[in-house]
Amino acid sequence: MASTDVARQPDKGARPLSLAGHVGFDSLPDQLVNKSIYQGFCFNILCIGETGIGKSTLMDTLFNTNFENFESSHFEPQVKLRAQTYDLQESNVRLRLTVVNTVGFGDQMNKQESYQPVVDYIDRQFESYLQEELKIKRSLHNYHDSRVHACLYFISPSGHSLKSLDLVTMKKLDSKVNIIPVIAKADTISKSELHKFKIKIMSELVSNGVQIYQFPLDDETVAKVNTTMNGHLPFAVVGSTEEVSVGNKMVKARQYPWGVVQVENENHCDFVKLREMLICVNMEDLREQTHTRHYELYRRCKLEEMGFKDTDPECKPVSLQQTYEAKRQEFLVELQKREDEMRQMFVQRVKEKEAELKEAERELQSRFEQLKRLHADEKAALEEKKRLLDDDQSSFSKRRAAAQLLQAQSLTANGKKDKDRKNSGFM
Amino acid sequence: MENSSSNNRFRSTMFNHGEIYDQDKEYVGFATLPNQVHRKSVKKGFDFTLMVAGESGLGKSTLVNSLFLTDLYKDRKLLNAEERITQTVEITKHTVDIEEKGVKLKLTIVDTPGFGDAVNNTECWKSVADYIDQQFEQYFRDESGLNRKNIQDNRVHCCLYFISPFGHGLRPLDVEFMKALHEKVNIVPILAKADTLTPTEVKKKKIKIREEIEQYGIKIYQFPDCDSDEDEEFKQQDTELKESIPFAVIGSNTVVEAKGKRVRGRLYPWGIVEVENSAHCDFVKLRNMLVRTHMQDLKDVTRETHYENYRAQCIQSMTRMVVKERNRNKLTRESGTDFPIPMVPGVGDNETEKLIREKDEELRRMQEMLQRIQDQMHTQKEAY
Repeated sequence: MASTDVARQPDKGARPLSLAGHVGFDSLPDQLVNKSIYQGFCFNILCIGETGIGKSTLMDTLFNTNFENFESSHFEPQVKLRAQTYDLQESNVRLRLTVVNTVGFGDQMNKQESYQPVVDYIDRQFESYLQEELKIKRSLHNYHDSRVHACLYFISPSGHSLKSLDLVTMKKLDSKVNIIPVIAKADTISKSELHKFKIKIMSELVSNGVQIYQFPLDDETVAKVNTTMNGHLPFAVVGSTEEVSVGNKMVKARQYPWGVVQVENENHCDFVKLREMLICVNMEDLREQTHTRHYELYRRCKLEEMGFKDTDPECKPVSLQQTYEAKRQEFLVELQKREDEMRQMFVQRVKEKEAELKEAERELQSRFEQLKRLHADEKAALEEKKRLLDDDQSSFSKRRAAAQLLQAQSLTANGKKDKDRKNSGFM
Repeated sequence: MENSSSNNRFRSTMFNHGEIYDQDKEYVGFATLPNQVHRKSVKKGFDFTLMVAGESGLGKSTLVNSLFLTDLYKDRKLLNAEERITQTVEITKHTVDIEEKGVKLKLTIVDTPGFGDAVNNTECWKSVADYIDQQFEQYFRDESGLNRKNIQDNRVHCCLYFISPFGHGLRPLDVEFMKALHEKVNIVPILAKADTLTPTEVKKKKIKIREEIEQYGIKIYQFPDCDSDEDEEFKQQDTELKESIPFAVIGSNTVVEAKGKRVRGRLYPWGIVEVENSAHCDFVKLRNMLVRTHMQDLKDVTRETHYENYRAQCIQSMTRMVVKERNRNKLTRESGTDFPIPMVPGVGDNETEKLIREKDEELRRMQEMLQRIQDQMHTQKEAY
């Protein structure tokens, strides 16, 4: 559904003219209305609150239907979001409603990161819209807008003040989404306590700089009712899909032994106010605010992050291209530089490795030389020993030969003497 | 009360039952013992320590004020949400002396402001558990001391744990808290601010919470079973009481006018919730249980079970430390077999044994490596 995003500025060049008769362009709003009815509307609500606080029941009560919900467990390890889309129709107006619920919010022991999944979800929807907008061939006309238009923050009815988790979460979300705080299960707070509770909550929000959604006061037709409603924030609601007979009617209510809390009784709770404000009066404004304020902020931050600047407000497309070219050049230069760096590093590494290998080779060579020397030395020593041994051997053999000779001589001498003796004996 | 008057009273009751005793021959007189106990205890006075725990805003202070019909929290300062982001759990004590028909009660209420309020609540029950242990330790020390005349009993007799009615049952924080404390104190779970629940919802939630308590193995305070010879009415009351856990309560100290009567309650545009109406909430059941029927039993269980557990653990850990010392001096790996104190297989011994074994393994490995290197060197040398 296209909403005009060109701000209405009094054109300095045009002069006002009065008409002499009826032209007929006063039917323009009707044409617009007919067109939008034909296209259908789309609305996305995000409900944040502790498990069991009554988010699903309130949605059922608000839209007078049953959204097929099931009870979640308290023991989820992390906060998750569950989104469901429904097509509703009332008279000839079609509404594509997406309800996003938090699962496991407020159950963990350490809730410091509990807000992160919610922020991520909202950013993701903005991002996909931005991507669609920046596409070359785009179809924004048919695009299913999934950006969160309203965020109902369910406050637990402690009667004292906000919880620390509430404050931390709302501070993170107030610049991304329209926050409408509601006091859940308000049938546990008496009237006087409720008054004090509301004042305490609002003062805490103000003193901590949390910007909740204020109903718009610029349109005179609804300014008055919106001002009163702004004073009743946060709305104390009670949800119920069960019907109880009161008087002679069946009304949505909760039956207690001490009385019946009627959901649509303004004396009992602010449900009717919430329904009127959220759906009947300000739904379109919520969508507009989301588009013109929250989405624009996101878009600006995102594009600035990417390095785009508005050099010329009128010729934005041109500077986009220039910036893009510049970025591309920068990127290529960077790429080249990186390549050179890597090549250099590679060359250096190779050199180092070569030097290492050479060094290792040299060392090996020197060791080899050393061992060879050792070997030669030992060999020489052994040779020396062998020579000595040979010498010994030869001298020994010589001595033996000499001794043998001596022995042989002495033997023959003895033999001759014997022979002589023998011979002499004979004589 | 004088001895003679009590005797007189007893004589008259005996007469009423139509039994005439010959005082001199058959009447011994020890049937007056309960009276003597009664007299002595009234003279001594009673004391009771009650702890209330739960998140802020569940009506703990209002309930305590309603239970004992006083205003204990006159000068209380509640913190803002911003201040509570990093709030730590404190323990505060309020003691009051109240008297009723001559019976004096010294009531101590231990409060835990800040519990479950911070953004990061990991281990926020630690200060509560430490407080309870401190009271046990102090009593243990006093009891083991030389002068035991005036021991102050500050042990916590009962802990009312407030469960939020806005969820689907127990939350992780509830389970962790109760599991950390169920063996130190009698836990009585309370379903707070029950005026947010219709009767069917109350029933469903109670069943769910009881199931979850059993599923997670939480040991809450068990009411003692009544003997089989009690009368039917008493037995029925007892079963009703057991099935009302957790007590769905509503607290209020303001008096409103309902149906011509002045009652304590909460005024809504759609009706008046009466605190003392059993059709509206279990406040009366809780009060009766806590004050009128089970106060002494709570004290007994604290004394006999929780305190004894603490004491046994304390002594065991002390002897275990002693055994460890002696083991180190002996330089053996035997577990304390020659000690007369019967010990649970000490974890400490196994640990030292394991360490020694590991060190041995390391040494062996290193030796092997050294051997291998030496062999390598030898072969290298031979190769050259």
